[in-house]
Amino acid sequence: MAILEANHIEKHFGSTKVLKDVSLSLEEGNALAIIGSSGSGKTTLLRCLNFLEIPNAGTISVKGETLFDASLSAKEWEKDIRKKRLHFGMVFQSFNLFPQYTALENVTLAEKLLAEEKPDFKKNKKEIFHAIEEHGKELLRQMGLESRMGHYPHQLSGGQQQRVAIARALALQPDILCFDEPTSALDPELTGEVLKVIRGLADRKTTMIIVTHEMAFARDVADRIIFMDDGVIVEQGDARQVIDNPVEERTKQFLARYTQG
Amino acid sequence: MIWTVTQALLNGLITTFEIFIFTLALALPFGLILAFGAMSRVKILRYFVQVLVWIIRGTPLMLQLIVMFYGPGMLGLNIWSGDEAGRIAATVVAFSINYACYFSVIFKGGIEGVPAGQREAGEVLGMTKSQIFFRVTLLQMVKRVVPPMSNEIITLVKDTALARTIAAYELTFAGYSFMKSAGLVWPLFYTGVFYLAFVGVLTLLFGYFEKKLSYFR
Repeated sequence: MAILEANHIEKHFGSTKVLKDVSLSLEEGNALAIIGSSGSGKTTLLRCLNFLEIPNAGTISVKGETLFDASLSAKEWEKDIRKKRLHFGMVFQSFNLFPQYTALENVTLAEKLLAEEKPDFKKNKKEIFHAIEEHGKELLRQMGLESRMGHYPHQLSGGQQQRVAIARALALQPDILCFDEPTSALDPELTGEVLKVIRGLADRKTTMIIVTHEMAFARDVADRIIFMDDGVIVEQGDARQVIDNPVEERTKQFLARYTQG
Repeated sequence: MIWTVTQALLNGLITTFEIFIFTLALALPFGLILAFGAMSRVKILRYFVQVLVWIIRGTPLMLQLIVMFYGPGMLGLNIWSGDEAGRIAATVVAFSINYACYFSVIFKGGIEGVPAGQREAGEVLGMTKSQIFFRVTLLQMVKRVVPPMSNEIITLVKDTALARTIAAYELTFAGYSFMKSAGLVWPLFYTGVFYLAFVGVLTLLFGYFEKKLSYFR
């Protein structure tokens, strides 16, 4: 069974329809890449899944549990919205690290705040925080940042900041990790280190959705690819097939621009 | 003579300091409330703040002070006692309203200056609204408002001299009184030393805050 099912998602900003009846599903352990030109609705789709935007229509369910249903009242589905959000992790284009916290603090902050809500927190505060810190350090080590844990974001390169952001998203062990153009704000020589980390996550069968402009990367790393244009899914399928042998005319045109360059 | 003058001016400085500290204590929270009002979803609230800020920024503080002190009495409400305490109280209230308006504009800029991505990052990490405010955005906001706030607060030190208009015995009044009683001008010049010392201490304090907050960007 699919871990994520999003059905008939629509999103309008005023009279502009950004998403028109978009449906997608994702299998556990798979990586899905969403490609398409700017303004095609890819980012909006990702933001809808993370409840940063509220869809005007459609349903979203994870592991068979309906998280969002546009036909319900806001009050009904907003119940436990914080818990629902935790099914998803999000890595932003511009990192959005908290500037006043060190790399390690960025990674552990949310986990510590969640731990404070648990009933046994007061009794075991020391042990709980210690475990969270160890977990955070382990994640940063995985990102190749063991020597940068005490650095503040402005002391890190863009690639390092984005790797901290990935560790921060992983810290809460989301079911699905979302990337919104994770390398678009980076210098070309820094994209490699971030893509390498994402590739590593794919090798470990992390369930992911990646909005990206890196076609070669999408082809290599993703299991499936969705091509979006003007708010609809134009084509989807096996990653290699969509990139190497696209069926739809619009997909061909879009990909032609990349291979020419 | 110099000792007599210094003593008199120190006396005036106490009142100046009282006006300064009480105004700050009231205007800071009131300014924050006004800033939230200006960003409220409730239209009436937003308009109310806009009109208030327009009136307060659009008229001289001296006029506001005079209206605050004499206005209620003209309406038959004698809220200010005629003594020194009443004059200081009227000054503090007029100043607090005035400074709260200026502060609110700075606070609003500070709050809106924190990128939306910070709030969003908190949201996707499952934080509550208050956790996002206190743990993520507040300190970034404080960092943004410290420089413009230092400016306003230093201006407040010098604006306290306006309290003389309603005969509150503050520093400038204390200096000026020697001109009237003894025909001496230098005591008034001498007040400048006290203002400079006051502002000097504040400048050091704000410099310290800015330095404290310079560990992040």
